[in-house]
Amino acid sequence: MMLTCSQLGRTLPPPDSRSLLENVSFALEQGEVLGVIGPSGSGKSTLLRLLNRLDEPTSGTVQLQGVDTHTFSPRELRRRIGMVMQRAYLFPGTVAENIAFGPKQWGQNISNDELESLLTQVGLAGYASRNALTLSGGEAQRVAITRALANNPDVLLLDEPTSALDETSRQGVEALLESLIRRRHLTCVWVTHSIEQARAMADKILVLASGRVAAYGPAKEILRA
Amino acid sequence: MLNYFFHSQLALGLAESAVAALLALTAMLVARKRAPGLLRELPLAELRGILQIVAVGAVLAFMLHGPQWTSLIVLTAMMLAAAGIVRKRARRIPRAFALALASICAGAGIVLAIMIVSGVIPLKITMLVPVGSMVIANTMNTLSLFLDRLHGEVTSHVGEIESALALGASTEAALLPYIQASLRASLIPSIDNIRSLGIVWIPGIMAGMVLSGASPLFAALYQFVVLTTIFSAAVLTCFVSSHLVMRRLFSRYDQLLLRPA
Repeated sequence: MMLTCSQLGRTLPPPDSRSLLENVSFALEQGEVLGVIGPSGSGKSTLLRLLNRLDEPTSGTVQLQGVDTHTFSPRELRRRIGMVMQRAYLFPGTVAENIAFGPKQWGQNISNDELESLLTQVGLAGYASRNALTLSGGEAQRVAITRALANNPDVLLLDEPTSALDETSRQGVEALLESLIRRRHLTCVWVTHSIEQARAMADKILVLASGRVAAYGPAKEILRA
Repeated sequence: MLNYFFHSQLALGLAESAVAALLALTAMLVARKRAPGLLRELPLAELRGILQIVAVGAVLAFMLHGPQWTSLIVLTAMMLAAAGIVRKRARRIPRAFALALASICAGAGIVLAIMIVSGVIPLKITMLVPVGSMVIANTMNTLSLFLDRLHGEVTSHVGEIESALALGASTEAALLPYIQASLRASLIPSIDNIRSLGIVWIPGIMAGMVLSGASPLFAALYQFVVLTTIFSAAVLTCFVSSHLVMRRLFSRYDQLLLRPA
């Protein structure tokens, strides 16, 4: 298994002591896409943040290729489990500097050929020297996706990556993600509001409600209703 | 004009203080809509300030006849008080008092120690306490500015900081742009003080030295020494603080703990 999640949960520390997520379990093979759906506040984003430990789980385990992720340093874990957030959050500087950020943390450089090849894959050929903070929402999110992929992650977490985009940009970025996932055989956990998006992309579906698993199984079965 | 009404030095000093305090209140009243919270803070700050400075004056008058080491007690008390004031300004940063005290002791303490050992600041109460207090007070102001700005930078860039962490960055690398922006903003007043020295600003210590009979040229050079000492202490304090603050902003698993209120 590429990614296995067992009984994962998070309860806030006192005095709040509120449970955000309880007993979430799933397993993904290499190249499978898990669609996570559910209403706002159901714990979808929390689940992703526990998988790459931006927040600390208070129960359960996550295994990456059979190894408990607590044995990795947080930095190593986040290099191997990449994430694209709802907004692009690009850093000041050029598009090239943003994309080179991840590898640079490990003392690696991206060659100009690699950079241009990545940008061509996401439909941004010739954008390397552009100021990242002047891009449109759709372009910025494409750069954020490229930035995450530049680390060559084993698993990619997508936290509603098209929810902040207008309709035209949304369709473009969705089509891009679909082609990247298929072409690169990426293992993904994709949080989405859209049943159509889940139906088009996901092999498995996890439905969350109030921080608990309401349904989990193959997409064809779960979305048949 | 006040000389006409008040003849004793103490009465004249009190009257002058009242005029200055009223002027500050009037200025704050004019600007009240732009800074409403500060108008409430000012009267208490003024009252505290005058009581404290008069108390220090009284202690100094008493200490002038005592042993030299008592000045170290005064400076230690000043550092504790400065850390308490910084804590109030930076209360949203966890354990801010210990952070401020350690930073001020390391920054101002080391710089003052070097200046004393090298003989630049004579080990005399009349020099050590006033110069030391200037260094500690300015360091306190710079540190308050630094931590306040850093808190603002972090809470308004949570997405960028977590994006950097999510790409495998260390906490230091994720926070560096915001440390740099905060340090720059907090040191601008100190750099401007040095830059404007003599042109816009002739500080009190130089005037005092000339009045007490020192050569104006030596007084001018000594003023530069004091200001650059203040700057060194402020930079070192913020540098130490920028390291100590990491443990308060991130968990041991490199998770950002600070969130917008």
